[in-house]
Amino acid sequence: MTVPSIRVKNLGKLYQIGERDNYRTLRDSIVRSFQKSHRKSEEHIWALRDVSFDVYEGEVVGCIGGNGAGKSTLLKLLSRITEPTEGSFELRGRVSSLLDIGVGFHPELTGRENIFLSGAILGMKKREITKKFNEIVKFSELERFIDTPIKHYSTGMWVRLGFAVAAHMEPEILLVDEVLSAGDAAFQKKCLGKIDEATGQGRTVLMVSHNLKAITDLCERCLWIDHGRIIRNGGTQEIIVAYLESTQPQRTTGKIDSNMHENPSADALFRQLTILNGNDQHVTKIFFGETLRIMIQFEVVRPVNELRIAAGLERHQDGVTVAIVHNNDDPASSLHNLQPGMYSLRVETKMPLSPGKYSVNLEAKPGQGILRAGRNWDVVRQAIDFSVEEFTKQGTGVPNVGGVIRPSSKWMLTGKHSP
Amino acid sequence: MIVKVETANRWSLPSFKEIWQYRELGYFLAWRDIRVRYKQTALGAAWAVMQPFMTMVVFSLFFGLLAKIPSEGIPYPIFAYTALVPWSYFQNTLTQISNSMVLGRDLIGKVYFPRILIPVAALLSGLLDFGISFAVLLVLMLYYGIVPTLNILFLPILLLFAIVTSLGVGLWLATLNVMYRDIAFVTPFLVQAWLFATPIAYPSTLVPARWRIWYGVNPMTGVVEGFRWAMLGTGAIPLLTFVVSGIISVLLLITGLVYFKHYERTFADMI
Repeated sequence: MTVPSIRVKNLGKLYQIGERDNYRTLRDSIVRSFQKSHRKSEEHIWALRDVSFDVYEGEVVGCIGGNGAGKSTLLKLLSRITEPTEGSFELRGRVSSLLDIGVGFHPELTGRENIFLSGAILGMKKREITKKFNEIVKFSELERFIDTPIKHYSTGMWVRLGFAVAAHMEPEILLVDEVLSAGDAAFQKKCLGKIDEATGQGRTVLMVSHNLKAITDLCERCLWIDHGRIIRNGGTQEIIVAYLESTQPQRTTGKIDSNMHENPSADALFRQLTILNGNDQHVTKIFFGETLRIMIQFEVVRPVNELRIAAGLERHQDGVTVAIVHNNDDPASSLHNLQPGMYSLRVETKMPLSPGKYSVNLEAKPGQGILRAGRNWDVVRQAIDFSVEEFTKQGTGVPNVGGVIRPSSKWMLTGKHSP
Repeated sequence: MIVKVETANRWSLPSFKEIWQYRELGYFLAWRDIRVRYKQTALGAAWAVMQPFMTMVVFSLFFGLLAKIPSEGIPYPIFAYTALVPWSYFQNTLTQISNSMVLGRDLIGKVYFPRILIPVAALLSGLLDFGISFAVLLVLMLYYGIVPTLNILFLPILLLFAIVTSLGVGLWLATLNVMYRDIAFVTPFLVQAWLFATPIAYPSTLVPARWRIWYGVNPMTGVVEGFRWAMLGTGAIPLLTFVVSGIISVLLLITGLVYFKHYERTFADMI
């Protein structure tokens, strides 16, 4: 068995929070030295505890977790920026860490000067930078501005230059923090490609990201950190699915308040709307391609002959009504002669919604024959919000190509015609 | 290359081998200091001369002309300026080093390298200013018709003393500054008091003989008097003073290095 490139053993980092500030002043220290019980006002928090794992040569490992879970602390420790409180780790190979883009950039210096400066700060030798200089400039697409002080650069240009330098490091071990979130989509893609290329060369990579898509695309293994501890360590897809399921709020009841009704004096009123997953748990996120299950509870206030219920799905980004489903669509579920009381209705529909955020609008109207004067039906807008994840239940990522729906399609090349 | 990190928190000197491995970064940081300083100011390199030169003018007016402070038979302006050349180097680098960790917080929180390279870069970039103001000293000496003595060969050693002292004290202040921001306010006062505790505006012969040894506790006394001795041929400073100065500055450096090294890895958490 080979020796791992990264070996972490029982790593822990204790931070002091609370009353005591990040830095002290002499006055505080003097005052405190007279107070015997000053320790009580200090709170300690383990940002990371009992973390152990190995990463072998050529492996690309992702690290996910909520905000403040300890991911960045882990990278800071491995990058030797701060010291662990307990435990140890070992890195075998030339290490580069990329915790930010454009580290060491100075606004007064030109792009050219900053390439050398930032390169040196990231651990490159001058010879190396000189050799790759043209390649770096080309990657950044900033040829025309390379002799302009970067204080005149836009944020996007700054990021491009920063990443161009970083992308040309050739470490054996690369530690990357949330850096891909910067920059425009096209450039992000280029950077991901560059990392991909790098990993193809047998580089060991540990990357932290909120961009689960990037993690699935690049990493075969994944660490899930929560409250400073590794909860799970295994195949990326299974861990991401578990992570997504856990990040959902415990109970999401789409309880409908009285002020949400457009017509509170209707004969039938919606009371609650929930979205369920396959295990009938209340959720606000579903996986791409998963059946949409909606549970509608309504109260019949006055007897109704026939009730027609419609649920409309509205896309958040542009308010487009993507689809409307009616209970009449299914002849078996028409609702006749309802006496006052509470009713529950379950709707299931398989809809290839593109990943994104949606809300459900509800409408209930009495059947045609008994229409009384005026609007006597209930309308509830935005009864609940839910999102469609960019992952399937199997954990495969879905590339975002636009469009409201993403139906599956079959393509066949049926012939070749000469011009 | 294998990096092993454990929590052992020993008091030790920095790893010179590692600093050597990172030496290129030291040059780059020094180069950055110089580029930025000269780009941001209209007068650029002229400031290197202006600072000691204007101080010399002020001293000549008040201490030389008005207070008639003796200058060992040498025209007062050149007497003061010769001392101000190494002093300015010391003062500027010390101030810069003591603020360097706080000012470099972005770098310190984002990437690893031996932190001591930042102070070392300040020492290196200061040498350019020193060179320029030293050239002006030679011009002034030409103007006054003073020929430097052969002792000029000892100048590099004297400069080294200034470097050692500046780094030693600077490391103490830089580390303390991370923990106690008060240091940023203490440093200018310290530097000012130190200026008058050093025989710059006056000759050390003004100090009663029995106090002279204690006077040598200030390492800059040896440097400044040494500069006059080497350049102007004033009476040689007593060897004893020099030895005391030397020991003190080396002690300051060693303790500064150990103190800095001990807290180096916690800087990112505290800044």
